[in-house]
Amino acid sequence: IHFVLSISRQGKVRLTKWYSPYSQKERSKVIRELSGMILTRGPKLCNFVEWRGFKVVYKRYAGLYFCMCINQEDNELEILEIIQYFVETLNRYFGNVCELDLIFHFHKTYYILDEILIAGELQESSQNTVHRLIDAQDSLVEAAKEEENTVSYIIAQVAN
Amino acid sequence: MNPFSSGTRLRDMIRAIRACKTAAEERAVVRKECASIRAAVSDNDNDYRHRNLAKLMFIHMLGYPTHFGQMECLKLIAAPGFPEKRIGYLGLMLLLDERQEVLMLVTNSLKQDLNHTNQYIVGLALCALGNICSAEMARDLAPEVERLLQFRDPNIRKKAALCSIRIIKKVPDLAENFVNPVVSLLKEKHHGVLLTGIQLCTDLCNHSEEALEYFRKKCMEGLVKVLKDVVNSPYAPEYDISGIADPFLHIRLLRLLRVLGHGDADASDSMSDILAQVATKTESNKNAGNAILYECVETIMSIEDVSGLRVLAINILGRFLSNRDNNIRYVALNMLMKAVSVDDQAVQRHRTTILECVKDSDASIRKRALELVYLLVNESNVKALTKELIDYLQVSDQDFKGDLTAKICTIVEKLSPDKIWYIDQMLKVLSEAGNHVKDEVWHALIVVITNASNLHGYTVRSLYKAIQKSADQEILVRVAIWCIGEYGDMLVNNIGMLNLEDPITVTENDAVDVVEIAIKRHTSDLTTRAMCLIALLKLSSRFPSCSQRIKDIVTQSKGSLLLELQQRSIEIDSIIVKHQNIRSALVERMPVLDEATFSGRKAGSILSAAVSASLSSTNGAATSTAAPLVDLLDLGADESAAAAPTSGANFLQDLLDVGTSSYSSQSGTSQAQKSGNDVLLDLLSIGSPPPQNTSSAPDILSLTEDNKTLVSPLDGLSLATGPSVQASSTAMIDLLDGFGPSPPPTKDNGPAYPPIVAFESSSLRLMFNFSKQPGSPQATQMEANFTNKSSDVYTNFIFQAAVPKFLQLHLEPASSNTLPGNGNGSITQKLRVTNSQHGKKSIVMRIRISYKLNNEDVLEEGQISNFPRDL
Repeated sequence: IHFVLSISRQGKVRLTKWYSPYSQKERSKVIRELSGMILTRGPKLCNFVEWRGFKVVYKRYAGLYFCMCINQEDNELEILEIIQYFVETLNRYFGNVCELDLIFHFHKTYYILDEILIAGELQESSQNTVHRLIDAQDSLVEAAKEEENTVSYIIAQVAN
Repeated sequence: MNPFSSGTRLRDMIRAIRACKTAAEERAVVRKECASIRAAVSDNDNDYRHRNLAKLMFIHMLGYPTHFGQMECLKLIAAPGFPEKRIGYLGLMLLLDERQEVLMLVTNSLKQDLNHTNQYIVGLALCALGNICSAEMARDLAPEVERLLQFRDPNIRKKAALCSIRIIKKVPDLAENFVNPVVSLLKEKHHGVLLTGIQLCTDLCNHSEEALEYFRKKCMEGLVKVLKDVVNSPYAPEYDISGIADPFLHIRLLRLLRVLGHGDADASDSMSDILAQVATKTESNKNAGNAILYECVETIMSIEDVSGLRVLAINILGRFLSNRDNNIRYVALNMLMKAVSVDDQAVQRHRTTILECVKDSDASIRKRALELVYLLVNESNVKALTKELIDYLQVSDQDFKGDLTAKICTIVEKLSPDKIWYIDQMLKVLSEAGNHVKDEVWHALIVVITNASNLHGYTVRSLYKAIQKSADQEILVRVAIWCIGEYGDMLVNNIGMLNLEDPITVTENDAVDVVEIAIKRHTSDLTTRAMCLIALLKLSSRFPSCSQRIKDIVTQSKGSLLLELQQRSIEIDSIIVKHQNIRSALVERMPVLDEATFSGRKAGSILSAAVSASLSSTNGAATSTAAPLVDLLDLGADESAAAAPTSGANFLQDLLDVGTSSYSSQSGTSQAQKSGNDVLLDLLSIGSPPPQNTSSAPDILSLTEDNKTLVSPLDGLSLATGPSVQASSTAMIDLLDGFGPSPPPTKDNGPAYPPIVAFESSSLRLMFNFSKQPGSPQATQMEANFTNKSSDVYTNFIFQAAVPKFLQLHLEPASSNTLPGNGNGSITQKLRVTNSQHGKKSIVMRIRISYKLNNEDVLEEGQISNFPRDL
């Protein structure tokens, strides 16, 4: 997988993850080209578009398109499954995920993606494991917060 | 202040940005945020660093520049706490890529984190390394990653495995270090580790033949067993996707088996059972199952042939092809393309279904299907398939027509069984989608037409019929105009009628109508109009009765704002008006262009495309490089205008193309033929000039410059150099001499003249023989005879001569351009000199002889004044 994109129906970018090097200029060009190609496709058509010698597999969930760019010889149907798997994981994490979740908690979306893909390859096929890992890391953050709270509380007390 | 409890600020910013109604408002908000973040960066603010970075990531996603935040990532990564590191690494992966120098600074932090006691921090570092590491980082950190492949927690092992893939991609030399650890990864039970281990193994196999052999020996059985287990595993909710246990693992195993089995019969054999099981047992009603089947088919196709498996695979594809789901049909077409090379017959069976897919409403499917049809076409089915495709061309989408047309043209060119079929199909394509046809294609079509002499009449009549219906197809119009110009008489007189034709009645005026409509249509471009003018010139001679009408049409173009058209129409007009006597010779049919030569040139033209591009760009607006070429000659001709025998010489020079073609058809010497062909190509390829002319154009430029100085003191004979040009310029004078008003005969001619040695150098001797036609004492026929006195062969031998104004000189082509050594042969060349001051002045001549001796240019010059007095 060369990159993962998530574009809203209005063409707004909700998530970009680049596994192959693209300069900033190329990135915005790629996004423009692909949103032009993908957003205009009808609902009944196949989920693959050929683009610059690569294939882009996309899937639409409500107003959001998830796209992954792969090589010619890769398995398009499997990528569809990976997209589905990613979205299901998000859904389970946020509980009935919607576009707003992805906007306001975009960093969490990235954390989840990082538990599923590394270097553009799939790293885990079990949703449970992904959740366990994300939860563990979230609780680490929480714990640090708590600690910070108490410390700052003490400092505040002392300052008073 | 607590940085972690004040997360609202990020929310606020996102809200504010989302509330913006215009792009300008959004920019203002972002600018404000960026300003405050910059301020925080320069204050080295610790408390809000992570929040600022999060904001920057959001801003970055919107496409604004955020480079000033890069160092912040590094600071957060260097911080001790997990939350800071987590956001820091995320920022690193989003804001930076492997090509930024800043990235090098993070190597040290990464190294520390890879050795951290907290496994989640190790995980973060591995993830970042896997996603953005550069070659240098890969080299520095590879030992750490290698060690982590044996880490106690499987979640770290799997991350390390994927990280290794990236490292090998960046630094292939490091691959061998990973071969041994992978073997143990492949024995794991944990799906994540297995999955990533298999991917790493596949990559290693693709990298080196050695590794491939190693894994074949060590892991073949184990992998087959793993696949067997996973295929037969009972329901496991954790990995289940639509009733299949871990399709991702299935697919990766199949992919690795494909690599291992490719080109190895034993390995292929050992996996055949399980492949057969996967191919037959997998449910195909859900996407996950189909993904596995698809992968399985691909594996079966690439491994060595094991009995029966391929039939199974082709059957699966057949089922896919008839599936209603577009995705499935797409992958089936994709797969069948690979299957064609393996089993053409089996794929041919699905031909009708594939043809249906070409007509699908989905562009992706159409494109795949068209590629596949293209592969399926062969001698036996070309007629049927082409008919289908051309029929579809009539109803296809506009944006698909380009692709479709290109493919049909290639098929027709490559596989046409006979010329009439080729011409028929091309005419159909031109009438349907003429505007999509590329220049090479219709140029090639014209070459084929000229070569099919028995079909000239048929072609021009078909074109005439086609253009009545599809006059809006520019390319069709061009081809039709060209053919009507060339073969107009056959159109009118129904010459060369084939049995299958219905006779049509076309009057001369009808034929001229077609050209007139085309030249007047406002959509016609310069090329088409220029072709129309040439066609009109030709028709003016073919149909003398329409001559006046044609003159009127041509006259209208005289005021054209396009220089090329204006110039041509003025020239053509004067040919029609003033030079009726030479017109018919001038506009004879184009010589037949050899198809082999043409295709050879076509191949060569790719090489010189760069040259022609630069050349035409220097010419600015000129679309035709033939034009500058002619203009260059024009320069030379201007010098001679005053002395030129008739005013026609000037424009004739301009009209080189027309002149040469008629000349070459008369003389038929090889050199003239060549130049004629060039000109034909010129006419054919006004957009893309043939390589020869293009590359020689700059030479001519410089040579003409030289000649101008050389010629002007002498007198007004335009003396152009360069082999093809020379032939044509002499041809021009020939025409003028031959048909120009001949001087009244005064007295019979009697005396014979002795031959003279006109020129002699150490290496060369030139003898002249003279004779006179009785009744025209002014004209002298001379025969120049060149002898080589050295022992070496002279090649590219060219003789040129110039005479004062009172003489007219005409050079005929030389008998050869190679002069053997030791006097073993000679070159003869005929000259004709007309002395307008006959009896008063005697002939003088300045000569110039150039040739190549051992590939070096030699030039000899001299003046001949020892001609017999009364010539």
